[in-house]
Amino acid sequence: MTALPPPSAKKLGLVIDLDTCVGCQACVTACKGWNDQGYGAPLSDMDAYGSAPCGTFLNRVHSYEVQPEAAAPQIINFPRSCLHCDNAPCVTVCPTGASYKRAEDGIVLVNESACIGCGLCAWACPYGARELDAEAGVMKKCTLCVDRIYNDNLAEEDRVPACVRTCPTGARHFGDLGDPESAVSRLVAERGGYDLMPEMETKPVNKYLPPRKKGAVEASPLAPLLDVQATGFAGWLDRLLEKF
Amino acid sequence: MHPAPSVILFTVLSGMGFGLLALLALGAAQPLGLAALLHWGLGYGLAVGGLLASTFHLGNPQRALRAFTQWRTSWLSREGWASVLTLFMLAPVALAAIMGAGLPSFFGATGAAMALLTVYCTAMIYAQLKTVPRWNHWITPVLFLLFALTGGAILTGRNGFGAIMALLLGAALFYSFRRGDGAFAERGATIGSATGLGALGEVRQFAPPHTGGNYLMNEMIFRVGRKHVRRLRIIAILGASLLPAPILVFVPPLPWVMAVAAVIHLVGAFAARWLFFAEAEHVVGLYYDAH
Ligand code: SF4
Ligand code: SF4
Ligand code: SF4
Repeated sequence: MTALPPPSAKKLGLVIDLDTCVGCQACVTACKGWNDQGYGAPLSDMDAYGSAPCGTFLNRVHSYEVQPEAAAPQIINFPRSCLHCDNAPCVTVCPTGASYKRAEDGIVLVNESACIGCGLCAWACPYGARELDAEAGVMKKCTLCVDRIYNDNLAEEDRVPACVRTCPTGARHFGDLGDPESAVSRLVAERGGYDLMPEMETKPVNKYLPPRKKGAVEASPLAPLLDVQATGFAGWLDRLLEKF
Repeated sequence: MHPAPSVILFTVLSGMGFGLLALLALGAAQPLGLAALLHWGLGYGLAVGGLLASTFHLGNPQRALRAFTQWRTSWLSREGWASVLTLFMLAPVALAAIMGAGLPSFFGATGAAMALLTVYCTAMIYAQLKTVPRWNHWITPVLFLLFALTGGAILTGRNGFGAIMALLLGAALFYSFRRGDGAFAERGATIGSATGLGALGEVRQFAPPHTGGNYLMNEMIFRVGRKHVRRLRIIAILGASLLPAPILVFVPPLPWVMAVAAVIHLVGAFAARWLFFAEAEHVVGLYYDAH
């Protein structure tokens, strides 16, 4: 059903820390690696070894430069995947019922065997979180690794999304954002986590943590030594040498 | 947005077809026998042909029937229902006209209303999208309905009515171009709000996530041809509106005159529909610092 379920108490999602992300693309690779072999059609690549390769990804990492008013510019790496919105426009526009939001945990998924590949849901998503697979002709999107997080065959520490498990800097956090006491919710509260494009009224579950405030560039501890005014005998010598 | 030829063809032809069916059903023209067969046949041909063309861009057209299930929330699904219901409801009206039998006007009137409702549903597929500010406005359904009525009026030879519709269409096109140019800025989405980094300072793209293209960029970040926009806008308004209007009023409605008017109108309609897609900017472009 493409009607949205009533807001669920449990809201599984990601919290992405823009302060720690180093833009290594490990989550992109882990995501593609995991989702290539389990849930639904594999993520195809077209012309993979040719001159214009192009493929389906569920997670992409951008890099932006921010120029503050009066400080040095800053590079910020920015992972972008489905935000599992509470008010998901990609769900209600779907004519077939293939696009749905789970009532129990809020994960937004696509039932690929019902998807006609019309692409309307990708048009409705402001965040570019959906890509139509050129090979399978069905819509692909982040599944929040639904086949990992509830998977009893995996070791406990692996029951988190592939991107979270792989991130070398711990910039990706997974948890229940519907529970104000959860670790992710507390992190959001502490760090001032925010929504992307709130003007689109999608009520994203995923949150982004802003880069921490950087101090002014610190002067070197040796800096004072560079401009020593010699006094006494050394001063006399200094003045004498300057004469030559 | 990428102006897919199948979608342009579909929306223009089926819109004209449903407009023609609506006016025929209202008894705008009262052709009999063979003339009726040709008129209704053309209406059905355009409407059905357009609907078929719309399946060409689907990834899995064999499952198209599933699109009838979600009429409660989806305008695309509603469009499917409205179009099929219209074609069924108008069948007895068409048959009666061709056989020269009478049918209470109630049948024609409800069928005509359904035909226009179909066009409205098509327009709402686009107008509902907050992500494309240029489309997300009441002018979108107004444009689609005026296109349908103008096209239908030209094909039925309804002169005065057709001329009025054509002129209204021209005004609506003019307004939609003017209003559309400021729509994106007015919506307020910027690279700063898309990334949430706007509060820190001025944001620009440093490196894209991939060096090749992708589905999003091909589908939603279409920039080629914008330099022709001015000329195409003139062609759209002249062809769809300003040229056919005087033809309808001042030239006797002979079949070949109407055919010429219809072709001129179609040229304008295709130009306008191409612009409708090519000029539409999707907010996802903000992430790529391009829209
Ligand atoms: S991010 Fe896009 S695809 Fe994901 S739930 Fe929100 S609108 Fe839908
Ligand atoms: S592409 Fe598939 S999931 Fe998306 S709206 Fe169309 S049918 Fe639904
Ligand atoms: S949660 Fe899973 S599917 Fe979603 S971005 Fe991470 S790895 Fe990819």
